[in-house]
Amino acid sequence: MTDLFTDSGIELRPFYDEDSVGSDLPERLGEPGHPPFTRGAYESMYRGRLWSMRQYAGYGSAADTNARYRYLLSQGQTALSVAFDLPTQLGFDSTDDRVASEVGRVGVAIDTVEDMEMVFDGLPIDQLSVNFTINATAPIILAFYLVAAERQGAAMADVAGTLQNDILKEFLARKTFIFPPDHSIRLVADVVEYASAELPRFNGISITGYHAREAGCDAIQEVGLTMASAVAYSEAFRARGLDFDFFAPRLSFHFASQLDLFEEAAKVRAARRMWHRIATERFGATKEASARLRFFSGCSGATLTAQQPLNNVVRSTLQCLAAVLGGAQSIHVMGYDEALEIPTEESVRLALRTQQIIAHESGVAKVVDPLAGSYFVESLTDTLEERAWALVEEIDAGGGYVSMLAEGIPQRWVAEAADRYERDVAQGAKIRVGVNKYVEDDEVAPPLFEIDVEAADRQRSTLRRRLAARDEKPAAEALSALREVLKSDDNAMPALLHCARSGCTLGEIADEMRAVFGEYREPQAW
Amino acid sequence: MAVSAPGRARVVLAKPGLDGHDRGVKVVGMALRDAGAEVVYLGLHVSPEQAVAAAVAEDADVIGLSVLSGVHLAVTEALVAECRRAGLDDVSVVVGGTIPPQDVPKLLGIGARAVYPVGTPLGDVVSGVLGIVDEKRGVS
Repeated sequence: MTDLFTDSGIELRPFYDEDSVGSDLPERLGEPGHPPFTRGAYESMYRGRLWSMRQYAGYGSAADTNARYRYLLSQGQTALSVAFDLPTQLGFDSTDDRVASEVGRVGVAIDTVEDMEMVFDGLPIDQLSVNFTINATAPIILAFYLVAAERQGAAMADVAGTLQNDILKEFLARKTFIFPPDHSIRLVADVVEYASAELPRFNGISITGYHAREAGCDAIQEVGLTMASAVAYSEAFRARGLDFDFFAPRLSFHFASQLDLFEEAAKVRAARRMWHRIATERFGATKEASARLRFFSGCSGATLTAQQPLNNVVRSTLQCLAAVLGGAQSIHVMGYDEALEIPTEESVRLALRTQQIIAHESGVAKVVDPLAGSYFVESLTDTLEERAWALVEEIDAGGGYVSMLAEGIPQRWVAEAADRYERDVAQGAKIRVGVNKYVEDDEVAPPLFEIDVEAADRQRSTLRRRLAARDEKPAAEALSALREVLKSDDNAMPALLHCARSGCTLGEIADEMRAVFGEYREPQAW
Repeated sequence: MAVSAPGRARVVLAKPGLDGHDRGVKVVGMALRDAGAEVVYLGLHVSPEQAVAAAVAEDADVIGLSVLSGVHLAVTEALVAECRRAGLDDVSVVVGGTIPPQDVPKLLGIGARAVYPVGTPLGDVVSGVLGIVDEKRGVS
C-alpha cells in the first residue's frame, strides 16, 4: 500500500484508535475557554458570538475604499480589514515619483490623517472592529487612525481592532520592512506598550505565521516559527521593562488556513496549547488571559489557481471550514479570482457568502470544538505540537529567532519548502485539480476587476492641495520633535499623534525614521 | 534537463518596484540552476539601472522580472528602455507573476521576449528561458 502523509509530512495510518491518544488526554484538552485552551479561546465560542467576518479590502483612493467598505457592511460583513498600497506600507507619499505606478494598486493610498478620515467617513469607528495589515509604518497608521477616531468623537476605550505590526515576519516572508531589525522591534514595542496602556479593546500586534505559510513553509513550520517569534517579541518587550501580564493579554495571532482540513484544524489546537505552555512556563504568566491564544485566520491565496478559477470557491470553502473547526476569532475568505487580479465586487460578495453559509447553514458553529476526542485529530494535534516544539527548540539552540533571521536561515527553510512543493506539483506527486490533472485546454478567464487608472492621479492632486493649504510651521515643528524622540528611548506614539494632528504626511514621518534608523537590505538568498 | 551549450545559460533575476512576494522568483531561480543555468538573483526593489548593470557585469543572456503587485507593465517598460539605452540588444527580458491574460500581449508589445503568468508550469518556465538562450547561441 502507498504511504500517505499530511501536507506537512506526518505519516498517516489507515485508521486511528484509542492507542493513538495518550491516557492523559483530558488534561491536555481541558475545557473550552480554560487552560490549556486546546479546545478554544472562549467557553461558548460561536454559540455566544460568531467569528468576525473580515474581508481584506482596499484599493485606489480613500473614497474608493470607503465605498467598498460601505458595500461590504451592507452585505452583512461584521468587521473591516484594511489593505494598504505598497507606497503606504513602505513609507512613501503618493506624489513620490519613485512609486508612481504603485499608488492605490494593491490597497488604499494613505498620505495624511485626512485620508484615514475619508476611509471611515460615515462609518462610526467606535462601533467597528478594524484590522490593519501594516507593519513597517504601523505606528504612523495607528496615529492616523487614532486621530481620525478622535475627530469622530470616539473614546479611546471604544477603539477596537488589530494592527498587524509584526515586523519579524516581514524579514522572514512578507518583505515590507524598511528599517534594521533592532529599530524595527523598538517601534513594534512602542505600539504594543501604548496600546496596552491606552486602548483596552485594541490588539497592538498580530503575530503571524500566515505569510511564511503562503511563502511556502508547511503547517509545522508555520506554528514553530510563529511561537518562536512570539517568544522573541515577549523577550524584547520585557527587556524594556514591561511586565508579561501587562502586554500578553492583547497579543493576537494570525494563521493561514489551507486545504488539508484535519491538519489545519489540529494545527491551531496545537498552537493554543503551545502558547499556554510558553506563557505560563517560560514567562510565568499569572493572568489567564495572558496564555489565551486568539487568532485571525486567513484563507490561502497560494493554494488558489489561475486555471479554472471557480474551483477556488470550493478550495476557499474547505479552508474556511478548517478555520471554523479550529476555533478562529475572525476569518478572511479569498476571492476566487485573486490568482489573477484584486477581486471584483461579485467575487468579494461570494467570499463573504461562503462564510455566512458555513455560519448559518452548515451547523458546524453550534457546538464548541466538535473534533475533540477524535482519535485521528487528537493524534494529529499531538504530533504537530511535538514537531513544532522541536523547531522552537532548534531556534533557541541556534541563538534565538532574531539572530537566525539576520543570518537568513529561516528564510532559506521557507524557500526550500516552497521548492519541494513545486517539484511535487511538477512531478505529479501532488495533485492540483485543473493544474496537473483534469486540465482543460479552452479556458476563458472570468471578468476581472478593472483598475481605475485615474485614482492615483486623484490621490496625488488631493495631497498637493492639502499640502498647499497646510500651516507649515506646526508641521515642521512636529517633525523635528519626532526626530528627537526617535533618537531617545521614549515611546514615539505621542510624538506621532502630534505629527498626525499637525498635517504631516506618512512619507515625511517615514523619512524622519529613515534618517535616524537607516534602511535595511536583506541578506542574499543564495 | 539538458544543459545549454555552448557554455551555461546566464540569467539575472530581479524583483522590481516595491513588491516583496519572492516565493516564485526563488523557486524559478532554483529550478533554472538545477537545469544547468548560472543564476544571479538580485533581490527586492531592483531599479532598471541596477538590473542592467548586473546584466552587463554578469554577461547575462536573460533578465527575468517577477512582479506580483500589478505594476508589470510600468516596470517592464522601464527595464526595456534602460536596456536599449545601454545598448543591450542581445539580452532578452522575460516577465513572470500575477499577470492577467489581457496584459500578456501588451507585455510582448512593450518588448518582453516571453511572459509567464501565474499558473505557468515550472517546467515550461525553465524550458522557455533555456530555449531563448539556445536560440541566441544558434543551438537547435
